[in-house]
Parts: sequence; structure tokens; C-alpha cells
Amino acid sequence: MTYLATHLGSVGALTLAHLALVGVSLCAACALALPAGVAIAYRPRLATAVLALLGAVYTIPSLALLALLVPLLGLGRAPAFVALVLYAQFILVRNVVTALRGVPPAQRDAAVGLGFSPRQRLLRVELPLAFPVILGGVRLAAVSMIAIATLAAYVDGGGLGTLIFRGFALQNTDLVIAGALPSALLAIAADASLRALERAVRV
Amino acid sequence: MNGEARGSAIAFDATTVRYPDATRDAISQITFDVAPGEFVVLLGASGSGKSTLLRTVNRLVEPTGGRVLIDGADASTMDPTTLRRGIGYAIQGVGLFAHMTVAANIAIVPELLGWPRERIAERVDELLALVDLDPQRYRTRRPASLSGGEAQRVGVARAIAAEPRVLLMDEPFGAVDPIVRASLQRELLEIVARITTTVLFVTHDVREALHLADKIAILRDGRLVQFGAKNDIRDRPADRGVADLMSLAT
Ligand SMILES: Nc1ncnc2c1ncn2[C@@H]1O[C@H](COP(=O)(O)OP(=O)(O)OP(=O)(O)O)[C@@H](O)[C@H]1O
Ligand SMILES: [Mg+2]
Repeated sequence: MTYLATHLGSVGALTLAHLALVGVSLCAACALALPAGVAIAYRPRLATAVLALLGAVYTIPSLALLALLVPLLGLGRAPAFVALVLYAQFILVRNVVTALRGVPPAQRDAAVGLGFSPRQRLLRVELPLAFPVILGGVRLAAVSMIAIATLAAYVDGGGLGTLIFRGFALQNTDLVIAGALPSALLAIAADASLRALERAVRV
Repeated sequence: MNGEARGSAIAFDATTVRYPDATRDAISQITFDVAPGEFVVLLGASGSGKSTLLRTVNRLVEPTGGRVLIDGADASTMDPTTLRRGIGYAIQGVGLFAHMTVAANIAIVPELLGWPRERIAERVDELLALVDLDPQRYRTRRPASLSGGEAQRVGVARAIAAEPRVLLMDEPFGAVDPIVRASLQRELLEIVARITTTVLFVTHDVREALHLADKIAILRDGRLVQFGAKNDIRDRPADRGVADLMSLAT
């Protein structure tokens, strides 16, 4: 713990960089996954195909995916960003689909029967009712992205992984802990705050 | 019957529905007319096609054969969203929106129709009083906090909020005990007398049918077995099956 105690400033900066990478990736991932999920939720065959494809991406080992992206995108934060966004798609899209399909049939039926246009139905009935479940997916994605983002350092993407990789190379456990501990705390904090948000919006 | 259809609020003209992948018609060649202001009950066993027939009126189901005429015009030529906003719809599952208050649920159709805010607020209170729920106490409640009977009252209030010319009700009192059911039936009759609307009401309860109906349409396996004034059906059943059904009421 000595490294952590003596380098609070630099560890703090790495933590912020880590958080920024995850935050930006998560926002981009949601911006892709929400419309994708909406588009396929009521098209069972398309949904099965898309989820199978995203599931396949999800099974590629993170390190391998990063290594594959470097020739295309170079070193730095770009390959880390793309890898994180790709990983999150499976979790996020699957949750959007599950959430929309979970809207009680009577409420969907009533929404059509009362004369909502398809767009109004989506925005005013289906998405609000699906929101807590979608948020659950965002929470899962956030937690796993915080862990996976430590691999960004492997492609010069910065973040807390920098300390872990350096500690590994120097066989310095103190350094590894200085990277791992804040990462774990970030994950716990993200989980707790998104859980609280989920409870607040649950109907 | 196309001549008769002219003065009808709703006319079924050989209306037929076969669902995709089904091997037989859910409803087959249904033909009858409903006059403006009439209260018609669709009666039949489970699976006989009552909900399917009802849902062709607001185009939740599209006929695969024949037509449905509303005020003489083919429903399939109308914009479905506009059509639905003019037709009240209440269902057994009630389908109150869980994320909205009772008042917001009732306000939906008036809001979709662009009524001014104050008029909607007044209307909501008026409707709550009409279905015997104290506006002060119920306006801001969430559907999850309502009893089954209260939820069904709110469902009825929502269906009639914009004084629709046509009211479709699919077992709206399905899940309540006989005492609450009787009072809901009484309220419904008072309400439809006040707002003069044409009603199609689905039930498989013969007693409920005889209590509410001007006319009854009896369905069996997707076919119309008999249609007529309730007394005629009770006194002159078309066949043994209808006679047996009517005997359940006594
Ligand atoms: N969406 C659907 N897809 C395929 N078949 C359907 C669908 N809805 C209903 N059916 C079938 O059509 C027939 C008529 O169903 P419908 O729901 O109209 O009956 P019902 O008289 O309302 O029955 P209940 O009293 O049980 O509500 C049934 O055989 C049913 O299985
Ligand atoms: Mg039914």
C-alpha cells in the first residue's frame, strides 16, 4: 500500500483517466445499443441473429480483441474505446430487447387501442416501462467495462492498467495493488449508484 | 345488408379473420349491424372469437375477408390512430400504465386529441366521480396501489374519457367479485345512457349479457349462431346450444 499512499496524486489522475475512458465508451455504447435494441425487439428472427453475432464478439478474449484492433486503429485510447463499446453491445442490446419484450401485453394492447402513434407508444409507454431493466443492463456493462478497461494500458490507452502492467513487469505487488484497488472501488461505486438509480425509477 | 349498413354505427359484413399460420378462421363470415346508441353483447365460450371480432372494430386485428363499416365507412380506409382515438377501449387485463398516475391514465385520449389542460383536469375529476372514486383520494394514486375493482373502474373511466361514439369493452369486469361487478354494471348502464354511445361488450357470463344488452350476438367456433334482441334470444333460441346457454341464467 506504500505506493498508493505516496502517489495519491498520480493514482488519482490515472483513476480519472480510467473513469473518462469508461464513461465515454459507455455513453457511446448506449447510444448504439438503444436504437439497435428497439429496432430488433419485435422482430424475433432478426433479434436472434443480431444477438448471436454480438454474443460471438463477446466471447473473443479482451486482450485478443485489443491486439486485433491495433493494426486498424494504432496504439492509444482508440482501440480501447472500440473494444469496450463492442463488448458492451451484447449486454446492452440483450437487456433492451428483454426489457421491451417484458412490457406487459395488456399495457401494450391498451397503448395501441387508445390511439398512440407507434412513436408515442415507444416514447411514452414502452421505454418508460422498460427503463428499469435497461438500466440493469447499463449497470452490468459499466461494471465489466471498468474491469476490462485496465487492459487499455496494454495498447498505451492509459488508465489504472498502467500501474498493473508496470507492477507486473517489475514484479512489484505494491504497484499492482495501486492499480487494482481503485479499479475495484470504481466498480463497486458504479454498481451501487446505478442500483440506487434503478430502485428510484422502478414502478 | 349493405343497404341496412347505411344507418349503422357498426356493421360487420362477412367479416372473417384467419391468424397467420392458423388452420381455421378465428371468425368466419360474421354479418350483423349495430344501430347508433345500441348496447350489443358478444357472448360465447372461450376461443369462440369474441375478442377477435371486437378488435376488428379498432383495427387491432385486420379482417382477412369481408369488411367492417363504421358509420357506413370501411374501417380499413381510415387512419388507424385517428380511428382509435374516437373509439373507447377497455380490456379485462385493464392495462393501466404502471408508470403513470390514475389521473394521467384517464387523461390519455383527451390529451392525444389536444384538449386544453384545464378542461382535461376537470374531465378527470368528473370521470372519477362518475365511476364512484373520490377524485381527491385517487387522482395521484399509482395503478399498483389499486384493488382489482378500482383498477377496472379507472379502466372504464379511461375508455370513456373523450366521450367516444363507440365503446369496445372486452370482459372489463372479469376479475372482480359478484357484488362489485353488479355495481360496476349499474354504473356502466348509467354512464352509457348519459353519453349516448354505441357499445360492443364481450362476456361469457350469460347473466351479465342479459342484464346489460339491448341485443346479443352469440358466437360459437368463430361463427355467428344467433343475433337479436335479448328477449328474442331467451324466448326463441336458435338451437339446442343457445337454449342450454340461456338456461344458465336462471
Ligand atoms: N394473436 C393470435 N394469433 C393466433 N391465434 C389467435 C390469436 N388470438 C386469438 N387466436 C385464436 O383465435 C381464436 C379466437 O380467439 P379469441 O381470443 O377471439 O376468443 P375469445 O372468444 O375472445 O376467447 P376468451 O373468452 O377466452 O377470451 C382462438 O382459437 C384463439 O386461439
Ligand atoms: Mg377474449
